[in-house]
Amino acid sequence: MKFLDFLRLRIAHLFSRAEQNAEVDDEVASHIQLRADDLERSGLSRAEAERRARIEFGGQEHYKEECHEALNGSTFIESLFHDVRFGIRVLRKSPGFTLVAVVTLALAIGANAVVFAVLNALILRPVNVPEAESLWSIQRGSQRAINHSYLDYVDLRDRNRSFEGLTAYNLAAAGLDTGGDPASAWIMEATGNYFDVLKVHPYLGRFFHAGDEHGPNSAPYIVLTYAYWHSHFQDDRDVVGRVVQLNKHPFTILGVAPPEFRGTLLFVFPDFWVPLVNQEQVEGLDVRNERGNHFLLMMLGHLKPGVTPAQAVSDLNSIGASLEKSYPKDDSQMTFSLTRPGLAGDWLGGPLQAFLGGLMLLAALILLAACANLGSLFAARAADRSREVALRLSLGASRVRILRQLFTEAVLISLVGGAVGLWGGILLLRALSVWHPMPTTPLQIPIRPDWHVYTVAVLLSVASGFLFGAVPVRQVLHTDPYQVIKSGPAAAVWRRLTARDLLLVVQIAICAVLVTASLVAVRGLVRSLHSNFGFEQQNAMLVETSLSMGGYKGEQIPLMQKRMIDALENIPGVTSVGTVDRLPLYYGANSANVFTDQTADLSPANAAASAATYNISPGYFDAAGTVLLAGRKLSWHDDKNAPPVAVVNREFARRILGSVSDGVGRYYKLRDGSRVQVVGLVEDGKYGTLSEATRPAMFLPITQAPLATDMALVVRSNRDPQQVADAVSSTIRGLDAGLPFTIRTWKQELEGALFPSRMATLALGVFGMMGAVLSITGIFGMAAYSVSKRMRELGIRIALGARREEVLLAALGRAVRLLAFGSAAGLALGLLASRILASIVYQASPRDPLVLLGAVLAMALLGILATWIPAQRALSVDPLILLRDE
Amino acid sequence: MPDQAQLLPGTLDLLILKAVSLGPLHGYGVLLRIGQISGETLLIEQGALYPALFRLFRQGLLKASWGTSENNRRAKYYELTAAGRKRLREETEGWNRLAGAIASALSAQPEEA
Repeated sequence: MKFLDFLRLRIAHLFSRAEQNAEVDDEVASHIQLRADDLERSGLSRAEAERRARIEFGGQEHYKEECHEALNGSTFIESLFHDVRFGIRVLRKSPGFTLVAVVTLALAIGANAVVFAVLNALILRPVNVPEAESLWSIQRGSQRAINHSYLDYVDLRDRNRSFEGLTAYNLAAAGLDTGGDPASAWIMEATGNYFDVLKVHPYLGRFFHAGDEHGPNSAPYIVLTYAYWHSHFQDDRDVVGRVVQLNKHPFTILGVAPPEFRGTLLFVFPDFWVPLVNQEQVEGLDVRNERGNHFLLMMLGHLKPGVTPAQAVSDLNSIGASLEKSYPKDDSQMTFSLTRPGLAGDWLGGPLQAFLGGLMLLAALILLAACANLGSLFAARAADRSREVALRLSLGASRVRILRQLFTEAVLISLVGGAVGLWGGILLLRALSVWHPMPTTPLQIPIRPDWHVYTVAVLLSVASGFLFGAVPVRQVLHTDPYQVIKSGPAAAVWRRLTARDLLLVVQIAICAVLVTASLVAVRGLVRSLHSNFGFEQQNAMLVETSLSMGGYKGEQIPLMQKRMIDALENIPGVTSVGTVDRLPLYYGANSANVFTDQTADLSPANAAASAATYNISPGYFDAAGTVLLAGRKLSWHDDKNAPPVAVVNREFARRILGSVSDGVGRYYKLRDGSRVQVVGLVEDGKYGTLSEATRPAMFLPITQAPLATDMALVVRSNRDPQQVADAVSSTIRGLDAGLPFTIRTWKQELEGALFPSRMATLALGVFGMMGAVLSITGIFGMAAYSVSKRMRELGIRIALGARREEVLLAALGRAVRLLAFGSAAGLALGLLASRILASIVYQASPRDPLVLLGAVLAMALLGILATWIPAQRALSVDPLILLRDE
Repeated sequence: MPDQAQLLPGTLDLLILKAVSLGPLHGYGVLLRIGQISGETLLIEQGALYPALFRLFRQGLLKASWGTSENNRRAKYYELTAAGRKRLREETEGWNRLAGAIASALSAQPEEA
């Protein structure tokens, strides 16, 4: 009974304070009636008796409130309720402070949530297949190449004893005709065992299996991704068994993959899967029999239970050693390492991991700076509230209770800030997930924040609340109520170095790091936009297509290429047209080992260099705007009947030919032993990535190269690109209406190449801005606080005839000194941190004097901006008013 | 009121427990009982009684139920719980020890020191 009563009251309080009010009211009323009865009996009138009874009872409201406290006093939840309610009241009373604090935290926690979500989606979360923890991808050699040749794959698959099964796949583009417009689609060519090795089961229909492969082009099957089925087949369940045209070959749709399985890369989603045995139909040529063609397949598989990655590596290495012995011409560096699948190996995963790790660190620094900032704000507020605190202490509140109240306020702010930040972050991530940074590739950043992200955001919020809430603790613990109430809060002890000063220095240092880092990144980006690519992007249009999509084969390919070039050259305004098999600065360059003319043993170990290789038509250099330095360009007469020739870049001439000035006319050798004469020399350029070191490159005539169906036409004109684009489109349609192609300016194309450094710059720029804002508010808070604390002293100084600069020095000297100290420390740290940036942001050198100057100027400007208002206030002190005031 | 004494802090709870231990009482009744058993020497402001009653109730030392007074008024009656009886015993012993010690200290004569 007692317990039930207890419980009832508890619940009554939590859910309806009204009921409790009624209970207390009733009891007080009953008391007064009983007392009045007694008084009436002693001879008073009823009205007078009730009046007397009420007076004797004392302050009713006061006692009722005490009753509530007695009833609800000290269970944790209930007093938390009290604290929260009180906290909200207090925060409402100072909306400016609350707003600043919430916005600061929202920015900082939002930044952390976003970066963590990206990290979570790309690095922490594995590829979405069953038993993902035992799934590994295989890399080769010291370069950690992620690609392998088909024959090497077959040997590794059949001879290893560590994997349950090994599968391999490749990305390719192909034209799909479902009866309407033929469109280009992204496909994964996979070995027959792909779905079985990954243990994925179909959503609809069936998958292809190893048993479906019976030699080249024997398995014309398509497995659709759920997304593509949804968007291109409108969830039509009758799609299974339908025959569609892939590059003008009939393919049967076998089934649809489950929605959660979108391939084995985390940032590129194919439209469908096709068996690799049909490579010839998909890509126009079948290179599965070329053991030396290492740039073909990515390999992955589940380790057998109980096999460690190290054991698997030594297993693979022993196979690799025997392959090297058996095929010395094709296989070298056959040592292996394992990596997590999904990010195309360490090649992409490494820098991405470093970058995201760095970003996370910066985000954490932002949050730390925000906490330092809010911590000093809280400390200042606690000092200003010292009268309130002292009053509460002297009225009997315990210090623990007061501290808890302060913490409640801090956590309240941080939770609201965290919620707002997370909300903003989710909006940003949604925009990011539907964004296609490179329009012609299936590249996407699919980030759906999950409970990991929410948990991290909440934890960060609470942690930062406690962090900045803890700053004024010592202050409160040392409050002497008697002293404070007697002399007022102005009796601040101006110690030599307070914790608050230290916080400010740390915060400014962090902000200087951020500002420096973002300046480094921005400068790097600006530079990379103006560096020499080895081609001229202005006024150049690109037409990309693959003739295999139009069903061209064998000798039809060069004929069609020539027809396209001739037709495009006849468009008015077009000055030159050239083709190249693979655009520089896009998917990375094809490279091949080259040997000096004197080399006899052409094994990979004796190669003079690995050169970027381009197969071009004679008009390419004119169309691309690549400058010829010496010799001649290629011509249509350099065909199969003529001796092999090449045009090389300066770096090639320097490293392989041994001379830049008279390199023209010299010879070098290719892997197949053919001697190639260099007939021309062109400028150096960028081939694989913007941040690469200058590397050798050779340009070979397509007329002497093996047939290839992928091509980019470069069309240079002196007219408006849009008009030319229309003419180019109709010309190509006139030649073959069924050939899918894309047309863009080279400038647009380059957006893709610049994407990583753009993203880096954007992220760092945002962080730099946040850092700047934080340091402004931090310094401002500190300066304003120090001025307001010392108003009286400043007034006396002015009254005694101090000059303006002396007043300023007295008021702000400390803030400025701290600022300078913090900035210097931050700048030094920032320069160290910027080294990491140099690997991602092209030409980001932290030792750039402009960056240094910029950072110093920025910090100085921030300092001036932040101390301006407090300085004005210090100068306008009127000693008379001040002295009268106190 | 020269013949009335201020309550020492903490003694109000003890007095309430004592008063209620003699039989169920409503709040006003508790006041009257304390006045009666203390020979009208202890002064308690009437309102101050209630927070104390609620506190003891919450601690589980008292139980309460609404009933009707002898002059037909609705009133809440308090009774001691088992825990309340135990607490009363302990506090009484504690108080007696303290009072005895103080009394003996105050009655010390110069020659005994």
